[in-house]
Amino acid sequence: MTADPAASQAPAPVDIRQSGAPSRAVPPLVVDSVTKTYATRGRRRNTVTAVDDVSFTIAPGAAMALVGASGSGKSTLAKMITGSERPSRGSIRFGDTAVERLRAGGLREYHRRVQMVFQDPYGALNPLHTVEYTVSRPCQNFLGLSAAKAHDRVDELLETVGLTPPDQFAAKLPHQLSGGQRQRVVIARALACEPDLIVADEPVSMLDVSMRAGILRLLAKLREERGLSLLYITHDLLGARVVTDEILVLNHGRVVERGHTKHVLQHPEDDYTIKLLDAVATPYAAQESPPAR
Amino acid sequence: MALLEAEGVNVVYEPNRGQKIWSVRDVDLTLEQGEFVGLVGESGCGKSTLGFALTRMLRPPAHLEGGVIAFDGEDIATLEGEPLRRQRRNGFAIVLQSGMNALNPVRDIRHHFADIFRAHARGGEDLASKALSVRGAALLESVQLDPGVLDSFPHELSGGMRQRVSIALALALQPRLIVFDEPTTALDVIVQGAVIKTIKDLQAEKSFTAILISHDLGVVLDATGRVMVMYAGRIVEDQPSKELLRGPHHPYTEALLGCYADPRADEIHLGGIAGSPPDLSLPQAGCSFAPRCPLAEDICREVDPELTALGSGTVACHVRARESNAETKVRP
Repeated sequence: MTADPAASQAPAPVDIRQSGAPSRAVPPLVVDSVTKTYATRGRRRNTVTAVDDVSFTIAPGAAMALVGASGSGKSTLAKMITGSERPSRGSIRFGDTAVERLRAGGLREYHRRVQMVFQDPYGALNPLHTVEYTVSRPCQNFLGLSAAKAHDRVDELLETVGLTPPDQFAAKLPHQLSGGQRQRVVIARALACEPDLIVADEPVSMLDVSMRAGILRLLAKLREERGLSLLYITHDLLGARVVTDEILVLNHGRVVERGHTKHVLQHPEDDYTIKLLDAVATPYAAQESPPAR
Repeated sequence: MALLEAEGVNVVYEPNRGQKIWSVRDVDLTLEQGEFVGLVGESGCGKSTLGFALTRMLRPPAHLEGGVIAFDGEDIATLEGEPLRRQRRNGFAIVLQSGMNALNPVRDIRHHFADIFRAHARGGEDLASKALSVRGAALLESVQLDPGVLDSFPHELSGGMRQRVSIALALALQPRLIVFDEPTTALDVIVQGAVIKTIKDLQAEKSFTAILISHDLGVVLDATGRVMVMYAGRIVEDQPSKELLRGPHHPYTEALLGCYADPRADEIHLGGIAGSPPDLSLPQAGCSFAPRCPLAEDICREVDPELTALGSGTVACHVRARESNAETKVRP
């Protein structure tokens, strides 16, 4: 499975389970030869290339994993896709929108369509705001719902992310919730404005292992039911395997391997991918078969 | 004689306002000289608090409530001031989860080593800066860092390098017991693997006694020889790592193991554990795991099970203990 930018630029066939999806059209995200360089500060004016000529397409309703170790450029790419950084070269298109050209008003509408789920559910929620307030703000700001309508929508969203019964959670403050519950609130907030694409940056790496499966399943379910696209950024290959169907392995800002997630993980070709796979600490690594019980 | 013998350790968080929290409840444990033991459990199960209690690092509002912690034959649970400091000098160190941020940002690494050597100097030691640098460089080499790191400031080092410096600092006084509290949680997978390997190699080479605290059963099983599983402030299972992997006794351990899968497998069945750990500010009736346990019976909700011997380890579970009794009766 070699990197083939030409193939990735052609829109991939839409074979994603979109049956139950709403009729709104989710456009493809096309990242075309994107490079990002940063100038280092100090006397020597060196540049650091964080992302180096990366191209890929996320088809409507598809889920792509972006994996790599720290410093591989994953988060820089996410920042460019969400419009908080601009690429030094190359372009990012979401349907007809050229993301790197967006300014205030356009960026605002773009943020309604592209939402982010952050790594740290402890830092991503304002500790002074209740769950209801946190989730209702985007409903009012982006969708223009009245307070009463937003209230109903919050209940609906909390139910969607598995915080049931909703009225028990709505009045709570973040410190009264566990890490997994907080991450569900963050996901509910991201869903509030009906986004077309969710960029999830290491959504489970700060959670207990016992809570991860639940969040991963929730992300997979949301994609299926709502037909939204998902970019899943992680160094956790197991999570990538569970949630996504395509994978992109980044090393020092370059794509070193890409393909179907299962295929790449079972038949890795690049040394770096193999190194990442070997670094996964599974209890079963030491033995061949799982325990009897 | 065991290096560390703790009996009836209880730790209570007692804030000025609000309820008391029983974070560690009636923990007994024994560490033999040179053992490498893992301590696993979900967040809030008391594993770090226990690590802090064993090294006497607890700060208010947390405090020890009863219990004996015999380190090398001397009860350190009640020591204070200079005698405690002397035991520390000679005995134990801790590597913190945020150890990578525990370095002083305005001092170079050389200063960190010199500080420890000077503060804990014994009579007759050479405290000239040259001698201290030589000792610092040797320690850095033992954690696979270049001695040139001595001249670096913390911000010039990566997270993995800073954690290695923290480990080298913990080794400085040649402690006999080192508690590693989530030493790799903030690092990415590749760096995590490398740091764990360094810890493993160091432990084998210098044969200090070590406790590795982690929420990641995968990391712990890979590194340690024996694993203690904690749940809601109690140790619920204690087994050699290999046996635990082959046959976990406690349903909680079993469920934890189910949360892992090989990303290379053909089919992935990823388990989770429904529900969340109990609120430790409330008195616990029965087994704390019962509300989340697939095997729970009436007795589990009423009587808190004791740790009982089972196979090559111990387990605190009514159902498992009874099953094994029944087995031994069938086989005469």
